Amino acid sequence: MSTHAKHLLAIDDLTPEQIHHLLELTDHMVEVSGRSIPKVPALRGKNVVSLFFEDSTRTRTSFDTAAKRLSADTMNFTVSSSSVSKGESLRDTIETISAMGVDAFVIRHKSSGAPQMVTRWTNASIINAGDGWHQHPTQALLDCYTIRTGLNRRDGFDGLHIAIVGDIKHSRVARSDIQAFAALGARVTLVAPPTLLPPSIADWPVEVSHSLDPLLPHLDVLYLLRVQRERMADALLPSLDEYSAMYGLTAARAAKLPPHALVMHPGPMNRGVEMVVDPGELPGSAILHQVTNGVAVRMAVLFWLLGSGSDLKGDV
Amino acid sequence: MSRLIITGGTLLDHTGERPGSIAVADGHIVDVATTIDTTEHDTVLDATGCIVSPGFVDLHVHLREPGKEEAETIETGSRAAALGGFTAVVAMPNTDPAQDSVAVVEFVRAQGVRAGLCDVLPAGCITIGRAGERLAPYGELSAAGVHLFTDDGNGVQDPQLMRRALEYAGPLGIVLAQHCEVASLTKGAVMHEGSCCSRLGLPGWPAIAEELMVFRDIELVRLTGVRMHFLHLSTARSVQLVREAKAQGLPITAEAAPHHFTLTDEALAGYDPLFKVNPPLRTPADIAALKEGLADGTIDAIATDHAPHAPHTKEVPLDEAPPGMLGLETALALAITELDMPLAHIVGALSWRPAAIAGVAHRHGRPLVVGEPANITVFDPAAQWTVVPANLASKSRNTPYAGRHLTGKVRHTVFDGAAVVIDGVAQR
Repeated sequence: MSTHAKHLLAIDDLTPEQIHHLLELTDHMVEVSGRSIPKVPALRGKNVVSLFFEDSTRTRTSFDTAAKRLSADTMNFTVSSSSVSKGESLRDTIETISAMGVDAFVIRHKSSGAPQMVTRWTNASIINAGDGWHQHPTQALLDCYTIRTGLNRRDGFDGLHIAIVGDIKHSRVARSDIQAFAALGARVTLVAPPTLLPPSIADWPVEVSHSLDPLLPHLDVLYLLRVQRERMADALLPSLDEYSAMYGLTAARAAKLPPHALVMHPGPMNRGVEMVVDPGELPGSAILHQVTNGVAVRMAVLFWLLGSGSDLKGDV
Repeated sequence: MSRLIITGGTLLDHTGERPGSIAVADGHIVDVATTIDTTEHDTVLDATGCIVSPGFVDLHVHLREPGKEEAETIETGSRAAALGGFTAVVAMPNTDPAQDSVAVVEFVRAQGVRAGLCDVLPAGCITIGRAGERLAPYGELSAAGVHLFTDDGNGVQDPQLMRRALEYAGPLGIVLAQHCEVASLTKGAVMHEGSCCSRLGLPGWPAIAEELMVFRDIELVRLTGVRMHFLHLSTARSVQLVREAKAQGLPITAEAAPHHFTLTDEALAGYDPLFKVNPPLRTPADIAALKEGLADGTIDAIATDHAPHAPHTKEVPLDEAPPGMLGLETALALAITELDMPLAHIVGALSWRPAAIAGVAHRHGRPLVVGEPANITVFDPAAQWTVVPANLASKSRNTPYAGRHLTGKVRHTVFDGAAVVIDGVAQR
């Protein structure tokens, strides 16, 4: 049994054993989610508050569903409907809601490090649902779970070759995935033009390639990131067309992947940019599995942080 | 006649060190001797075990008045200065309104006189409103006693404007001081561009953004022959560029801030806005280069860039927090604790060398001899203390050194003949 943590802020706060433990816990949550009434009383009486300072439909809905399946009380708080738009500070917002009695905050914020900052102002657990370019740890855990089940790798990712393609520099998904995949033993290659890589990654557990095509036949997982239009304004890319021509997943590129390889994307996809082929036509597409697994992984995280932990079987 | 007697210390000025006592009256040094007999009318400041030196001069402080009195006032900032051993501070012009008119600089100076704790020397702006578009009225401001001009917080981006500024300033004998930062390279930047910012997912402030402007301005000094001062240098390459320029005889001076030679970018690993500063904390190699630059005189002065911010403005995510940290009350101790330099050299970098750059060498950084103005600092170079933010005199609490054990503490400060700090306690 792994040691409990109070918060989930970043993947590098977790040991490989804790990651494995969370993935095993997710197995149980998948079982719960498959029941005719997918609901257990594990977190009855716990209050989970979602604080989204940045738009997100899928992550917020996923956390909300996860909390409800564990019978937690949930409350949603978005910037537009909050006093934040009236100029209330992050600290005052957190302290005010905390005073109502909160067991966990699920926080998304445009600023890297905001969830860590928030831990100073509340006794509640903080779950990082994405902060700036920094981390999105539950995304990494659901990605690990998707690979673990999709490639039948319960014991770890030794020998797997995973390419993460696209805007690594601005991606919290990439920063989390790299740490999680490497912790589980995978070989990780980042594929991007130099302008979309962070300035200094010599100490990261990755290899770097500026071209995708030679890698394709050797990959077990091809992980595509969203490329945003605003990157052209910063002179990071000449055009989305050029990006697509060099790094987009076309049918021709997909055909070069080994038959067992998974294609993954954190969503939302840019069709015609990084995803040129219709993902519905890709036999290896795991994109919808990622979404499904997201709920179970978030149940596991909520249970791990808030639940009784060791007597999960009794509760579930 | 009532006198102030500083007794039992070691006198240290640019002529060297010797044991001695000093008598002060009517704002001036009236006696210097091995021992001075005191009467019951005299105030005696014990300097046993202490260094008695000319008062310190800080080329770079933000006193926030007018405009941000919630963070600091000229009075609270002057008190922090006096406690730090400073008898003169250059007040940066990024006030609101900015110090680009005689009216505003006269107000700042008057507030300094009212506080009566140190000389407050208002800096002027290089451009109106620090907007980088039109020259500030150097002639009028110079006639009103302003000597140092800067748009600090902003570098002057336009090379043509900077060239004109130097040409126009030349005959006035004033000093233009540059905040070296090419803005297009630091858009949205939060911290040093390197491995730490890559890991933390924050936009980086690359060293080259400073170095390109240092290089450009060295060439503009070469072209115009007009002197220039570089504020808060932070990178190894900047130090090297200045070293080479000085070797070629160009009229350039430079300063470094204590936080830049004591803290690295790894201090930001916990996203604490107390460690956010502009230019940002850099790498161990940069620290080594700054120390070398201070030791060989490439960097003339230690200047604090004292930048108070009200607590609530630093209790926000790192990218939203304003840059800047307190410096006045820790500068001497950080220099003694962290710099492997003779005390005389440290005191020079805090006193007579910045006094010359600030244009106050006739009043500050003077030798400790009869007839000189009595601006004097007495400090114990061996005193051990711990930084406690709540004990600082500044109105703000944003020191990055909370809990740090330091060596070296100011004991007494004499400004304009008056003991404004006695035994570490401000008297005004």
